Amino acid sequence: MIANQQVFQFVLHLADDSLILGHRLSEWCGHGPTIEQDIALTNLALDLVGQSRLYYQYAAEIEGKGRTEDDLAYLRDVIEFRNHLITELPRGDFAFTVLRQYLWCSFRTEFYQHLLTSSEIKLGELAAKCLKELQYHQRFSITWINRLGLGTKVSHEKMQTALDELWPYTFEFFQPTAAEEKLINASLIPDCRDIRKTWDQSCQSVLREASLVVPQEHWDFQGGKEGMHTEHLGYILAEMQFLQRTYPGLVW
Amino acid sequence: MVTREDRVRQILLRVMDPEIPVISVVDLGIIHKIKSVDGAIEVQVMPTYSGCPATDYIPQLIAKALRKEGYVEVKVINVNFPVWGTDRITSEGRRLLKEYGIAPPKVGGTPDCPQCGANDVEQISQFGSTPCKSLFRCRECLEPFEYFKCH
Repeated sequence: MIANQQVFQFVLHLADDSLILGHRLSEWCGHGPTIEQDIALTNLALDLVGQSRLYYQYAAEIEGKGRTEDDLAYLRDVIEFRNHLITELPRGDFAFTVLRQYLWCSFRTEFYQHLLTSSEIKLGELAAKCLKELQYHQRFSITWINRLGLGTKVSHEKMQTALDELWPYTFEFFQPTAAEEKLINASLIPDCRDIRKTWDQSCQSVLREASLVVPQEHWDFQGGKEGMHTEHLGYILAEMQFLQRTYPGLVW
Repeated sequence: MVTREDRVRQILLRVMDPEIPVISVVDLGIIHKIKSVDGAIEVQVMPTYSGCPATDYIPQLIAKALRKEGYVEVKVINVNFPVWGTDRITSEGRRLLKEYGIAPPKVGGTPDCPQCGANDVEQISQFGSTPCKSLFRCRECLEPFEYFKCH
């Protein structure tokens, strides 16, 4: 018997991932390198924040304690957030931003493909909706990885630096938590370990194409899915939750 | 026989998308179901993109239009499944988009210029003024235009 609590935590993880990454992307608003890229990044941000709403609404429904999507987004603290660490890292430069987008997005699309057939119907339905949008995001980031990776010496260096910094954070995609293990055994969610090979192959081929080299020796970071975060998350929450914390219950 | 649902559909044909005010919610293909239950009307809407700011606004517009026509008990809800796609845009909707200067979605290949019809076009930006559009330019007549992305 799967406790609602585990499904709830897992849905929160999906919601938090999208919200935090969406928030990071939104920081580009007005700072994009060109107007088209400014619009592109904010469009991605809008999609991700929109997707997080769908998951928060669903999580609130599962929990059934009267909390709303807003309560879940604005009134939980760092330790209760379940996002992957990679999503909370500061936005960095444009190379870092598009590369992070690609690494996360390629994992997420692969994961959602497998989630489509979940025995929890609603998980499959939401995955189908998000998948359509993420596939477009992925095409966008691949275009830029190629353009910058194969561009000038400077653009190539910036991409390689970004890859060296980001790669250690991809380890976490493939480490299920104890709660996730239970959901995997109940066939509610795909086993992230199983999709590692496919992800790795497609990822390596995209990076190779752009003449980027995956670092051989590195640390592996994890903990986000269990509430152990980098120092960066607190700052995002402070900014994002300021209004609700200062004026509880304030509405438009 | 004209059913109650048909009459509601007729009204919805006059509810325009707030971002592209020439196409109705019916022609945009976002109306999933219209149900008449015990005198009340329920309209199920399939939102387009998760990030579309009109997602909360469109149900309000629909409810307002129906109340104006005398329907008292109106419920408009967003459903996320089935997933909306551009294949749901009606042929009339596609015609209206083109007439308005937005190239309708095209499966495979590049869009045709809505101004001169040429296919010699280039993409300027993968994203546009709304989540559903991208930007192109026609190399034939040199006019830039918006393209309703295939989704």
